[in-house]
Amino acid sequence: MNAADLEVLSNNALASAAVVFFLAFVAHIWEWAQARSLPEAGRTRKSVLVGVDVGSRRTASAVAVPSGAHGGTGSVDEKKALKVDIYGRIGIALTVLAGLLNFVAVLTRGLAAERVPWGNMYEFATAGTFAFTAVYLLLLRRYELRWLGPVVSGVAVAVLMLAVLILHEPVAPLVPSLHSYWLVIHVIAAVMATGAFTVGAMASALFLIKKRAEGRETPGATGYIARLPHSSVLDRVAFRVHAFGFPIWTFAALIAGPIWAQYAWGRYWGWDPKEVWAFITWVIYAAYLHARSTAGWKGKAAVISLVGMATLLFNFIGINYFFGAGSLHSYA
Amino acid sequence: MWRQLTSMRTALILLLLLALAAVPGSVVPQDRVDAIRVGQWKNANPTLAPIYEKLGLFSVYNSVWFSAIYILLMVSLVGCFVPRIRIYWRALRTRPPRAPKNLAVLPEFRSFETDEPAEIVLDRAGGVLHGRRYRVNMDDREDGATVGSVAAQRGYLREAGNLLFHVSVVVVLVGFAIGSLYGFRGAVIVVKGQGFSNSLSQYDDFVPGSFFDSDDLAPFNLAIDDFNIDYQRNGPNLGMPLDFTADLTYQEAPGESARNYALKVNKPLQVDDNSVFLVGNGYAPYVTVRDGEGNVAYSGPTIFLPQDATFLSFGVVKVPDALPEQLALEGSFAPTYGFTMERGMFSAFPDVTDPRLSLLAYRGDLGLDDGAPQSVYGLEKDELKRFKTEDGRDFRLDLSLGETIKLPENAGSVTFDRVERFVRLQISKTPGMGVALGGVVIGLLGVLCSLFVRPRRAWVRASENDGRTLVELAGLDRSSNDDLGDEMDLLARSLREPAAPGSEPQEREQS
Repeated sequence: MNAADLEVLSNNALASAAVVFFLAFVAHIWEWAQARSLPEAGRTRKSVLVGVDVGSRRTASAVAVPSGAHGGTGSVDEKKALKVDIYGRIGIALTVLAGLLNFVAVLTRGLAAERVPWGNMYEFATAGTFAFTAVYLLLLRRYELRWLGPVVSGVAVAVLMLAVLILHEPVAPLVPSLHSYWLVIHVIAAVMATGAFTVGAMASALFLIKKRAEGRETPGATGYIARLPHSSVLDRVAFRVHAFGFPIWTFAALIAGPIWAQYAWGRYWGWDPKEVWAFITWVIYAAYLHARSTAGWKGKAAVISLVGMATLLFNFIGINYFFGAGSLHSYA
Repeated sequence: MWRQLTSMRTALILLLLLALAAVPGSVVPQDRVDAIRVGQWKNANPTLAPIYEKLGLFSVYNSVWFSAIYILLMVSLVGCFVPRIRIYWRALRTRPPRAPKNLAVLPEFRSFETDEPAEIVLDRAGGVLHGRRYRVNMDDREDGATVGSVAAQRGYLREAGNLLFHVSVVVVLVGFAIGSLYGFRGAVIVVKGQGFSNSLSQYDDFVPGSFFDSDDLAPFNLAIDDFNIDYQRNGPNLGMPLDFTADLTYQEAPGESARNYALKVNKPLQVDDNSVFLVGNGYAPYVTVRDGEGNVAYSGPTIFLPQDATFLSFGVVKVPDALPEQLALEGSFAPTYGFTMERGMFSAFPDVTDPRLSLLAYRGDLGLDDGAPQSVYGLEKDELKRFKTEDGRDFRLDLSLGETIKLPENAGSVTFDRVERFVRLQISKTPGMGVALGGVVIGLLGVLCSLFVRPRRAWVRASENDGRTLVELAGLDRSSNDDLGDEMDLLARSLREPAAPGSEPQEREQS
């Protein structure tokens, strides 16, 4: 296969990934829509979707199916619960497939360009989507993240659409300042941290919504929000994912970046707009971690983490469109 | 006041303020980042420029208000962690605190009954806790006693990581300060075939640190022998540069042997503690100007600054020695000439294949004698008159290579002799870089400890009653991870008699 074939393969794989993400999104939406007709979440046995009771964490088994459902002897509710569960599983299976297709797209893109596939915004966006999908899938079992399914697949569809429609560029060689193995290290770390922060922001946003809803929860509510885990669980997941992302971001922005900048531009830190915003992002997430460990600031911490996400996105997209000419990072 | 400054609330507000204060530096061009753009910006916004200047918006990161925020933040940080070092030191040397009277009121509590005597259970608890890297206090366990307890604590490294991280912020700042106080950064444009010797007068622009000393300049000299760019010559990215190489000859000091070096973008030349970086390139057309009296008034290379990726470049030729009046040329250079009615002249490719100069000519007073500094890339046009054609339009010189065009009214002539490339070199010394890097690395280690070490206390109490022993376990978590419950379950499981049937809990274990 030559480079042109690989590039076509990459584009096709990415388009397929977007479609499969969309199907996963539909499956998850269907799952939650069906779940509406189930009895109240969290109160009955082991709840199908989230299963996390407020008081005890040990019942948390997101994919647990009520034992009586096997063999069709269970009640109507249990049958229904099984059905809902199957939609959820389909959603996850489709997300795994989409993630694989996304990975193939990133890989073949790299093979086509004969370099690491994160040299421009399109490549960063596609690699970033893969990263947060991977973070989600890796943590899915461990933290019972299935409630995040609709958000992850929805955001993935949106980002890939943005990448294909607006950011797409044909395979091209790198500008000379990018000829460095520090590019590989710097960007891979930035992509990983971005993936973690994205999942973290989703959890923080849901935390805020859930927290508000808990204030005026109507008994018997069966919607998506009502079936989310308790806000303390959402907050904990958000913290853990951020705690994973923050050291990586520190490494990407404050160690690998400056070392590379020293070689490429003759200064390790020059207040280039991209550097300024990476620094701002770092400071905001540092503030998040401090706020999170301060009693009574959990709500504020979640807001700060969303601000951090906003600065991250602005750094990724805004800088290039607003200050493209003035930034040394204008290629990425 | 001091309390308030060192409180978390203040630190958080200062952190967010710092983030906010950094924003304008990415919006307004910065003196230290791109002085040329600052100049352009000031010319384009004459009313705003003095106001922005007063506010320090052209050097945000050295401004009073930015410094004030980070200095306050540092004070708050030091004020926060210095007392904590003392507390930590004391905590390190004290034994885990004894079990509270009522374990059941603690956030995580488990209990079960067993047939074993209390001392056996407590010994096992001590062993298990020790095995799980707890520091164990067995003071409340006595041989043969019917009631006793074990206290344990772990995760001391978390606070150490916390403190390390906060110290590292100060270390990084010190490294940064050393760099900007004792270092320097200068840039110079050298045309291929010409040389540069590292002394202050040779720089085009130079930013010294506050304690810069001219001895900091290593006494080297260099000459640019050749400069090559590989271009993408097909496909959609036609004209994109693939690689730059400047072949140079240098001497580390006058009289030393000459050496060769291939300078590339990610491969700086190191001489002593000075580093030479290749940061830019462009074209310098050689132009000869004869004046109205037929004498050569100017001959040599002139730097034309590239405007875009096609290397359409803009420059100014000043001829102060021309008689009877001073002459000036201003206009564009295209390495590969292209022209359409809509766009005018453009460059079709960044490499030289069909070079063309398109210039407007001026005569009059260049204004060089009034002492005010002038940019070599711009003309002071107050006292200059544009040459006109007979029908009253601007007189434009369109010169291809080797061509000579006469100026109207026998004012002289202009010849486009040849064109060479120039490279823009940045020479800098950045002491304290290792300090800053070391600081960030220990900071990262600190963050990792602070985020992933789980400090917690655990207590086990065993009390014999009627031949049965009640075992109570409780824990207290001071991390933000909230998974103490799982840990307590695990402990409870390992304390039960290993052989007891059906004692294995049903729950799935989580970490």
